[in-house]
Amino acid sequence: MADTLLSIRGLTKAYPGVVANDDVSFDIQKGEIHALLGENGAGKSTLVKMIFGLVAPDRGEMLLDGAAYTPGRPSDARRAGVAMVFQHFSLFEALDVAENVALGMENPPKRRDLARQIREVSETYGLPLDPARTVGTLSAGERQRVEIIRCLLQHPRLLIMDEPTSVLTPQEVEILFQTLAKLRAEGTSILYISHKLEEIRTLCDEATILRLGQNVGTCTPREVTARQMAEMMVGASFAAPEARRGETGAVLLRCEALSMPAPGAFGTPLRDISFEVRAGEVLGIGGVAGNGQDELLMALSGERLAPKGAIWFKDEDISRAGPVARRDAGLLSGPEERLGHAAAPNMSLTENGVLTAARRKALVSNGFIDWGRATGFAEEVIERFDVRTPGPGTAARALSGGNLQKYVVGREIQQDPDVFVVNQPTWGVDAAAAAAIRQALLDLAAKGAAIICISQDLDELMEISDRFGALNEGRLSPTRPVSELDIEKIGLMMGGAHDMEVAHVDG
Amino acid sequence: MDPVLLVASIMVSATPILLAAIGELVTEKSGVLNLGVEGMMITGAVMGFAIAVSTGSPVLGFLGAAVASAVLSLSFGLLTQYLLSNQVATGLGLTLVGLGLSALIGSSYEGQRAPTLPKLDIPLLGDIPVLGRMLFSHDFVVYMSLALVVAVWAFLKYTRAGLILRAVGENHESAHALGYKVVRVRMAAIAFGGACAGLGGAYVSLVRVPQWTEGMTAGAGWIALAIVVFSSWRPIGVLVGAYLFGGVTVIQLNLQAAGTTVPVELLSMSPYLITILVLVVISARGAHGAPGSLGRPFHASS
Repeated sequence: MADTLLSIRGLTKAYPGVVANDDVSFDIQKGEIHALLGENGAGKSTLVKMIFGLVAPDRGEMLLDGAAYTPGRPSDARRAGVAMVFQHFSLFEALDVAENVALGMENPPKRRDLARQIREVSETYGLPLDPARTVGTLSAGERQRVEIIRCLLQHPRLLIMDEPTSVLTPQEVEILFQTLAKLRAEGTSILYISHKLEEIRTLCDEATILRLGQNVGTCTPREVTARQMAEMMVGASFAAPEARRGETGAVLLRCEALSMPAPGAFGTPLRDISFEVRAGEVLGIGGVAGNGQDELLMALSGERLAPKGAIWFKDEDISRAGPVARRDAGLLSGPEERLGHAAAPNMSLTENGVLTAARRKALVSNGFIDWGRATGFAEEVIERFDVRTPGPGTAARALSGGNLQKYVVGREIQQDPDVFVVNQPTWGVDAAAAAAIRQALLDLAAKGAAIICISQDLDELMEISDRFGALNEGRLSPTRPVSELDIEKIGLMMGGAHDMEVAHVDG
Repeated sequence: MDPVLLVASIMVSATPILLAAIGELVTEKSGVLNLGVEGMMITGAVMGFAIAVSTGSPVLGFLGAAVASAVLSLSFGLLTQYLLSNQVATGLGLTLVGLGLSALIGSSYEGQRAPTLPKLDIPLLGDIPVLGRMLFSHDFVVYMSLALVVAVWAFLKYTRAGLILRAVGENHESAHALGYKVVRVRMAAIAFGGACAGLGGAYVSLVRVPQWTEGMTAGAGWIALAIVVFSSWRPIGVLVGAYLFGGVTVIQLNLQAAGTTVPVELLSMSPYLITILVLVVISARGAHGAPGSLGRPFHASS
């Protein structure tokens, strides 16, 4: 077609020991939203880094508007009209919005003009933003707006978006999609990277699917099912998890009006959180990132002690008990950040296993680690949860995100908790591994454990939860059975409209 | 005690620390923790002294001191930024190297006198009674150090280069992703910090004392480091801290000379104690604002 904006021909990039991209070719048309799909490690990031000039390809060429395009660095790419919104935001928390925008531009105008331009663009595209706010105080959705506006101010011909919706509420996703549709109508091409197949089906015109660094096919997302795309991605059918709705038992964990101050300048206070969760039940807690998820997990795990009488485990007040005491009692937790919070990056899997399982699995005797048992425990987890690694002696940081996630979640499940609190169990994990982790959670619940799953992935919560509540600015909405909900009601709960009748009148 | 002389000598006493601290502030704003300030200062002191004595020009001495310390700081930069050595250990090593190197170079200069800087005779301002002699009859380095504080403040706040420097220090991964040369920015900041520390050291050996004795900076570099932290990385705080330290130093020396009943040891300790106390109080109330990437090694992988 004559309307090709970017043509990628045989791009190849190898790192020591792994070929990240192997002879990848595809075209992006003008005014097209082109999806780039693939599992973790399929080479999507490397590919966009080459397009954005962060990495130089070993072989192959790119043509932009018919002319050779070889960006040596991001500023070359920006000059050529290629802009990128990063997955892990490339923002500076201590600087304000205007400064952040200026840093992403080639020739930023004077501060006052820039502030005016930011306001103009944010109004045109329906992305409200105050240029003088410090980025550290913004929500994830607002931060993304900063990135998008930074790109739009340079009038890009190609906008690359790396997993843009992973941090947004359904309403924010809708706003984003409207913005993208508007851009498409103006003739801007968009390269859209995502795991979320339904999104791609509603938004994208064309999809290129990568597997193990190779282009395994293109399709028109509207014409195929999500499952077909997923299978192309994974290369094999995977089992969708299946809820085993058993009988729910006694209340295992109860929170009564739990309030705690924010742990730091950028934290969120917990306000008056009450819920209970029964044996055999999965309670899903949704909400946009930064609304108290981490703080709630810390309060439940015992990392931060709650005020007396706030947290009851099997009808005992454990609010003032530390993590070790809670673990001994059978309340286990898995925090969000894999590297640094859930696992010590430089320690081996065995050592990481000892760190949480030492007492429950009796891996320590007389103060000495029983390395035999510890290795055995790590091997059990690796085997049961299909962790792909050379062995239990491997350092945690050497594992891919999905595999380490399977290990840190599996490590807790293997200890047979009575209550398991987990934050973002499948964040940044590919579809097959995510399905395995969800299944493991459901199996655990079927065995009579109570599970609290905090997640920003609503599809996931709908799939595994029995009841659902949403966090908003540290408040938890009343929890409701999932069967009563639809995506719109959930969005309103996440937005803080706890009383839905009122919200409907207002909206 | 003559208040005119007192204020005048406070300014002289504060200047070396101010110079070293403002340089270290810029280095730390770029995300590099260089603990070698003391070593760079003493190197600047000996090089400045040696060059001034052999050329007879104190101005050349200051220039040489700045260059020598900048070169020394670049060795720190090479180790930490390119070879990714640990910044804390390397900085401590730099201090030890500086102390040893300066003793070696300086041994033949002990006991000599350096040519001192002429006092500037500022017309009009210098003629104001009292204030004129107090504030406007110093050498050019005193004014330069004050101008440097203002310049650094304006640079960081208003210029694009300053914004990039802060961005690199705040989050080096993001800065790299946006295409800024993290290592290059940091090397420049390290060199600037080194040059400033060198000037500060030369001021000690050429103006304040003015002669060469081994280890003559006597911990001024460490105080400069502390001032940067407690000032919450703000140039104005650095200025306050340096003058406070300089002030207490001069006052306690005067008290010692006057023969008060307070033990000498306590008096000698007081500048360090009071400076740190005041700065702790200031920083406990205000925002901390440590650069997000301070001291973290950066390697541009993938």
